[in-house]
Amino acid sequence: MAQSLNIVLGGVFHAAVLFLVAAGLQLVFGVQKILNLACGSFYALGAYFGVSLVSWALGAGLPAPLFVLVLVAAGVLLAVLGPPIERLLRTIYDRDESLQLLLTFALVLMFEDVIRFFWGSAPHQLAGAVYLVYGQLTLGRLTIPVYNLIVIAAGGAIAAGMGWLLIRTRFGRIVRAAAENRRMAEALGVDMGWVYSRVFTLGVALGTVGGALVIPATAAVNEMGIDLIVEAFAVVVIGGLGSMRGAFAGALVVGILRAVAIATYPEVEMLAIYVIVIGVLILRPAGLFARAAT
Amino acid sequence: MIPRFVLALAVVGVALVPLAGQDYYATLMLPFFGYGIALLGLNLLFGYTGLLSFGHALFVAVGAYTAAYLTGVFGVRQFELILLAAAGTAALVAVPTGLVAVRYVKIYFGMLTLAFGMLFYSFLFKFYHLTGGDEGMRVLRPVLLGQPLAGMDTVPFLVGPYYYYCLGLLILAALVMWRIVSSPFGLCLRVIRENPAKAEALGLSARRYRFYAFVIAAVFGGVGGVLLAVPTGLADPLLAYWTHSGNLVFMLLLGGFANFFGPILGALVFIFLQDQVMSFTQYWRFVFGAILAVVVIFFPRGLMGLWSSEGA
Repeated sequence: MAQSLNIVLGGVFHAAVLFLVAAGLQLVFGVQKILNLACGSFYALGAYFGVSLVSWALGAGLPAPLFVLVLVAAGVLLAVLGPPIERLLRTIYDRDESLQLLLTFALVLMFEDVIRFFWGSAPHQLAGAVYLVYGQLTLGRLTIPVYNLIVIAAGGAIAAGMGWLLIRTRFGRIVRAAAENRRMAEALGVDMGWVYSRVFTLGVALGTVGGALVIPATAAVNEMGIDLIVEAFAVVVIGGLGSMRGAFAGALVVGILRAVAIATYPEVEMLAIYVIVIGVLILRPAGLFARAAT
Repeated sequence: MIPRFVLALAVVGVALVPLAGQDYYATLMLPFFGYGIALLGLNLLFGYTGLLSFGHALFVAVGAYTAAYLTGVFGVRQFELILLAAAGTAALVAVPTGLVAVRYVKIYFGMLTLAFGMLFYSFLFKFYHLTGGDEGMRVLRPVLLGQPLAGMDTVPFLVGPYYYYCLGLLILAALVMWRIVSSPFGLCLRVIRENPAKAEALGLSARRYRFYAFVIAAVFGGVGGVLLAVPTGLADPLLAYWTHSGNLVFMLLLGGFANFFGPILGALVFIFLQDQVMSFTQYWRFVFGAILAVVVIFFPRGLMGLWSSEGA
């Protein structure tokens, strides 16, 4: 019992991170209609930058318990990449979607080497102690690393914040209008360039924060972005393209499934995810939460 | 269209490469034949039918692993048999995946093919006892046309008999593909690409034609995979990875899709460009990403688009 709960909690931890990247993917797809392969690269970039910034902050004498804030800050700082990249993508908004996909693939190739240039090919890791600073919580026979709980809480809080932003605020109404009918929104005086730039920047920030938050638990390695984007794809297919709720549900499904597979029969870890993806595509092509046809 | 004498000149040029005495460039040409054939298939799917597959590398890997199994496990060395088996296996894999995939178009087709590719990748990667896992499987030297060439050293074999065999295969594949795209069947595919609704109204089942294109593309991919695996002597899981599929689409775009010779030119330019860029910087992916971005933004019709403006 305790063991299976531990597995599920591990899965939820992964789901929280996966949700952030998938939410970025969904937001950009929902509004700009571009399936951004580079979301995984933002995740990797966030992870590397997080390691560097926390190492620097700890060296500067910052008390260790605050490092989680530094990680979030690292992710948020990287959002400055959003506007220039969005400018680049703007050149192909009205092109065929296969060309859009290819331009984001070009970004994936470029970011892979940007990371290699700044951080080299060797894995980067925070001193293991950082993960342990937060200690463990023991409930009966259940031992949970507190850091995992912090990340899960952060994921939940960001999910709630996104919901509030999209449903309650003026900005959210404009974004939803733009996603629903771009030309109508334009006709009503919405500056689409302004919306796109902000939405894309938010999408980048979600990915980079996700990457930064995962870093105390694992090392930053070169392939992490390219691997994660495929999982994030699985999440959005299961949840439904363009749906935030879908990203949430899909991340939970993929995260927990992966954890269970690793614990019981590791050979099928990835296999199980893609089987679910293909199953969902066959049975409910629009995903669990998406409205059909958009 | 390209004048015949230019084509003939190109073929003669390629045939002369091994005689120039630079074995290095001749071996560099070997992946070109494999990619050229695989891309002819991918172009049928993307350029002519309008379906962007982000999982075409799956079939390349199927071809490579078929070669590995036949030569290494079953002791079959006849190259003709291996090619036939790879084509058959690729078709066998393409039937179920194609039946599912062609129900979707555009982005969903892309994601589904990507998922199939990754499914196969994770199978190759995880089922170590069957596939050798990340170490891959050895592909042994095949016997060409029943000729015992076992006494030859590897390089003379590859830049000699194997080179010309592959060149012949590429020409054959191009002729077959030319027949396909200039047949009424090829015309139907283009109609479906341009306007599926109109095609259906004319009585063409878009789904069935897309399925045929998918299977044909898979067969070309499988054959291409065999040609790629023999020079390296290895079939490894990365052949099925999604970035490899991305590279295939990159080559196609570089050469120019929707153009018959685009994919062949794209494969050639990609390979030589990669060789050159890798020799002067370790950050060749960045350079390639930048090149791809420039092509997508400024020259979406690729290199062939610069040369001629006719549509396929």
